[in-house]
Amino acid sequence: MNENAVELREARKHYGAVEALRGVDLAIGRGESVAILGPNGAGKTTAISLMLGLRRPTSGQARLFGMDPGDRRARSRCGVMLQESGVSDVLQVRETVDLFRAYYPNPLSLDRALRMAGLEEQAKVKVGKLSGGQRQRLYYSLAVCGDPDAVFLDEPTVGMDVESRRAFLDGIEEFGRQGRTIVLTTHYLREADELADRIVVIDKGLVIADDTPGRIKSRVAGKKVTFTVMPGLQEADLAGLPYTQLQIDGERVRLLSNEPEAVMSALFRRDLAICDLEVVGADLEDAFIGLTHHTQKEEVLTV
Amino acid sequence: MSMAIARREVAPVPRMLGAQLWSVVLGYIRNPMFTLFSMVLPVMFFCFFGLTNIHQHISSSVTVGAYILASMSAYAMSNVLVYNIGINQATQRARKLDVLQRATPLPGGVALLASVIGGMALAILALLPLMVVGAIGGVEMPVTHWLDLAAAVIVGSLPMLGLGMLIGYGASPNVAPALASLIYLPMAFASGLFVPLTEMPSVIRDVAHYLPLYHLGQLSWNAVGYAQEPVWQALAWTAGWTLVLFLAAARAYRLDQQRKFS
Repeated sequence: MNENAVELREARKHYGAVEALRGVDLAIGRGESVAILGPNGAGKTTAISLMLGLRRPTSGQARLFGMDPGDRRARSRCGVMLQESGVSDVLQVRETVDLFRAYYPNPLSLDRALRMAGLEEQAKVKVGKLSGGQRQRLYYSLAVCGDPDAVFLDEPTVGMDVESRRAFLDGIEEFGRQGRTIVLTTHYLREADELADRIVVIDKGLVIADDTPGRIKSRVAGKKVTFTVMPGLQEADLAGLPYTQLQIDGERVRLLSNEPEAVMSALFRRDLAICDLEVVGADLEDAFIGLTHHTQKEEVLTV
Repeated sequence: MSMAIARREVAPVPRMLGAQLWSVVLGYIRNPMFTLFSMVLPVMFFCFFGLTNIHQHISSSVTVGAYILASMSAYAMSNVLVYNIGINQATQRARKLDVLQRATPLPGGVALLASVIGGMALAILALLPLMVVGAIGGVEMPVTHWLDLAAAVIVGSLPMLGLGMLIGYGASPNVAPALASLIYLPMAFASGLFVPLTEMPSVIRDVAHYLPLYHLGQLSWNAVGYAQEPVWQALAWTAGWTLVLFLAAARAYRLDQQRKFS
């Protein structure tokens, strides 16, 4: 009874010569909220596809509620939101949700499924007439309408405006509080910080970090220093400064450092004409860039 | 586990099939152009070719009207199966409806069965206005001939169901409509559905005997009393073509699934 919701064991996936996953071990317990992060092409979608049985691992194993992910009993306990996958445009929202409810053994009521996605007013609108954000909410409604134990959300907030995104994230959080397992991938890393109690960073087909959002942030550069300089600044002008990552974008310089004080004093000593100086705690996005950058530099993948 | 209330682990298949079928029907209702065309065109052709000399005899017992009605029935039914199933299936693949569906507990076979049942139902529905117009227009046949004709086109069109699925799973959605026309229309002509084979060049007449639509035509004409090829022979050809095209469609389906889901 206490089996994990999701397990990948030594999972590898090749597409022809391309290695999308190079041996991933990952167990997601029941009731966990896990965000999977990584740059484009890192293997996030492949990882979710293996968990759901949409793809078969080249070697290794994937389990969903202790079963083969293709097993209909396992699928009946999962709701899914995928990128670039559709439903018929000619059906109404309500008809589409009803159709998907019929796939599940113990579905929510139609009203409840629509309410959870904030689609009550669009119930009779044809899917083809929905905005991008409304369409995403429809997919969310389809993911939860079967009253699943686990939901898998692949980039769920793409195309949503700020307001509906907020409401949407609150909805997912509420869903998570009911003891459901949530697995999501996202490019809005703040989202992961807010929603997940565990973050798995995937890069180049390997898990390079697996920890709480707080610890992920503390693991890499603590502070982000940004400032504006006169044009013509060279990377050499900043040589020797204790930064972990540097980015020069025209006049704007951005660096990550664990010793911001030392950076500042070096900057002033070198007499660079800087202005608009800002020092802030690195957010998850910075932490994440730091992590993947790190592996690129050293080609060592032990975290 | 003794406390657990017995909950279903999977949804009942009839419920899934019913819901899936309803969505197919709604699709027809919301997209009436194809549905209308598939009903109107055969009627229109019947009026052009059949009504003008409807009572003229082509044999002692069979009128031109009955003969053309049989041809158009064969056309109406097989046309829907090739185009509807082929293009619908290809479009669904293009829009990745199948990917999201695949992640749900809905078995792939149930989705396929629903679209086949829906396509067959629409195809049979396309026969009705044609037969009504035929009867009103003056085609006079015993009741058994009408029923035989309906049965003949349903059975004789099974290879075209296979062709529809083959195109649906094998062709890209941009290509599917053109491909369906490119295969279906010349075959319909070469099988004598629009113009009697006696009017065709001898090369085509020789080829015709190998085509599935030719044998569909033979079954239809047989049903209204104009026999050329023995029924058993037409049925044997139909069975053979059905087998070949269904196997090819199954292979196309498997390849498509492998591309996406392996």
